[in-house]
Amino acid sequence: MRDVQPIWTNEASSGALHRVRCAGESIVSLSALENTAVRDAIAACAHLAGACLPLLHHVHDALGYVPPAAVPAIALALNLSQADVHGVISFYHDFRSAPPQRHVVRLCRAEACQAMGGEALSLQLKRVAPPDVTVEPVYCLGLCASAPAAMIDGKLVARLSPARLDKVLTGFAGQR
Amino acid sequence: MRVYVPVDAAARAVGADDVATALGSFAAVDVVRTSSRGMFWIEPLVEVDTPAGRVAYGPVATEDVPALIESLRTGAAHPLGHGLIQTHPWLAGQRRLTFARAGLHDPLDLGAYAATGGWRGLKAALQLDGAAIVEEVVRSGLRGRGGAAFPAGIKWRTVLATPADQKYIACNADEGDSGTFADRMVMEGDPYLLIEGMIIAGLAVGADQGFIYIRSEYPDAERVFGEAVRRATSAGFLGPNVLDSGRAFALHLRRGAGAYICGEETAMLESLEGKRGMVRPKPPLPAVAGLFGQPTVINNVLTLAAIPTILDQGGVFYAEFGMGRSRGTLPFQLAGNIKHGGLIEVPFGLTLRQLIYDFGGGTATGRPVRAVQVGGPLGPYLPAAALDTPLDYEAFASAGGMIGHGGIVVFDDTVDMAVMARYAMEFCAIESCGKCTPCRIGSVRGVEVIDRLVAGGPRRDAQLSLLRDLCDTLEQGSLCAMGGMTPYPVRSALQHFPEDFGLPKAPPLPA
Repeated sequence: MRDVQPIWTNEASSGALHRVRCAGESIVSLSALENTAVRDAIAACAHLAGACLPLLHHVHDALGYVPPAAVPAIALALNLSQADVHGVISFYHDFRSAPPQRHVVRLCRAEACQAMGGEALSLQLKRVAPPDVTVEPVYCLGLCASAPAAMIDGKLVARLSPARLDKVLTGFAGQR
Repeated sequence: MRVYVPVDAAARAVGADDVATALGSFAAVDVVRTSSRGMFWIEPLVEVDTPAGRVAYGPVATEDVPALIESLRTGAAHPLGHGLIQTHPWLAGQRRLTFARAGLHDPLDLGAYAATGGWRGLKAALQLDGAAIVEEVVRSGLRGRGGAAFPAGIKWRTVLATPADQKYIACNADEGDSGTFADRMVMEGDPYLLIEGMIIAGLAVGADQGFIYIRSEYPDAERVFGEAVRRATSAGFLGPNVLDSGRAFALHLRRGAGAYICGEETAMLESLEGKRGMVRPKPPLPAVAGLFGQPTVINNVLTLAAIPTILDQGGVFYAEFGMGRSRGTLPFQLAGNIKHGGLIEVPFGLTLRQLIYDFGGGTATGRPVRAVQVGGPLGPYLPAAALDTPLDYEAFASAGGMIGHGGIVVFDDTVDMAVMARYAMEFCAIESCGKCTPCRIGSVRGVEVIDRLVAGGPRRDAQLSLLRDLCDTLEQGSLCAMGGMTPYPVRSALQHFPEDFGLPKAPPLPA
């Protein structure tokens, strides 16, 4: 990330600290893929008003997670402290810090889905989801009149039933 | 033959894309993807142009398509047929102002939007000065549709009267309440309506920048609305010179990141500024010092989407609908365990019973209704005996309910209300921003106390008074509605369904 130009204001001393940590070797712990994703996100978003969330989404969209080692570079680009950036990442449920499994099932756990058997689906996932599936709760996908609902590998699915969920999981096995 | 298939997320989530592809494989069929009517129990809903109007079929599965095409060719009746959609009682019983275009055309078709009355409100607003626009909104009696029901015109007046070099319009599209999807349907189904409302708000208060905060759980809404902003900008509705008026309005889209609390207006502002979604103390009101410290109009999607109608037809026209101090229409959203769930836009004043039974047809499971939660996860649970209260902000509140964003979640008699009360506390613990102690710690203690209460034992009375005490602390001591209203579902569950907590059964409500 040596090409990232810091936007210093008046915090010269703390800036110097960032400079050492970002321009130095700690950034090497990012893989080439991660490095590209972070660099692209900074180029695309650093100029926006309230840039931190859009930038983190950009990285997350590319990688499926925000590598903790990217925090110094992001902080440097946005003229924030690393604590600020870490604070934003850790506040929001969407941002993972490690890659998810091959498949991601986000099951809605909110009231409308509970009224239609969402709890049973959650138990089913706990029981039978294979290790290459990341199961995450989500609180409302806006499909409440067609409950229960889930987002499976980015695709919305409504009127989910134990049998349909079983079929989805079997489909995953077929891709293995 | 022209057929229409919705492109709404709730239609796609039950296979509308595959149905559209299957229909499109027939050479004689021309498929148009439209917004949804909001009749989700018959999605995917396929409509076919006939000389008498559109005839509807649903729910259509991919394997139904060949037989459907065949019956269309021969004119034979099809078992999935619902007849002329416009005369369907579920639609005919509604008064759709905000959702007048629902199901009609391609949501991104600028020509179709203009041909169905689009931009008329904006053109009317461009003839008025800011104060006159604000007064038109005051006259309409429109109150914030996000849940707090604050009069929109009064809020706009404050922003207009606050001098500043830069003001903002911030649209709250963080529709996190379970049982609600009307904002999503506007953004996916009629995005130019919301854009028009936001521009008018900007003209009214003197803001040339607008932000919309769309939750990440709505990827379709973000995609469609983003494309609508691009098209409206190239067509000259947005940008440095709105419709050659010399007035500017730029619209920026931001995606949330899965935090329910960011639906609270000040937490949303923090999030728009790129920070943790921590609630701000008020005052200062966002109308005085909001986004980036500047005067900001924050309105919900439905509030802003009602604005074009008000400017086009007049505040008086809008105010003619409704009852008491609740004027206009509200798009109610019927969800959960319901036979005919979907979007029901009606004037204020109908009862829950009319919505759940006349429109909704009772529960999906066919079992008796036991509890209804109106107004999202912070709304109280109502027993089946309380369904005759009219849905008006004041009348409903005096009966112990909360209309909120108009979401109605129905539960049948298999629901365990102690589980739902525990969930209310648990949800608050998961979603609390952590700024104030009653909400952050109280919700965690709430889960523990409910667990001990349900487990029974000799100290049950003590646990019960502890829970009541905790609810009071949350209500009185929290900074915002998250902690302040989490007690509502808990207390109402205790009051109406004590037997689920192992306590003596409540006496029946007087008829």
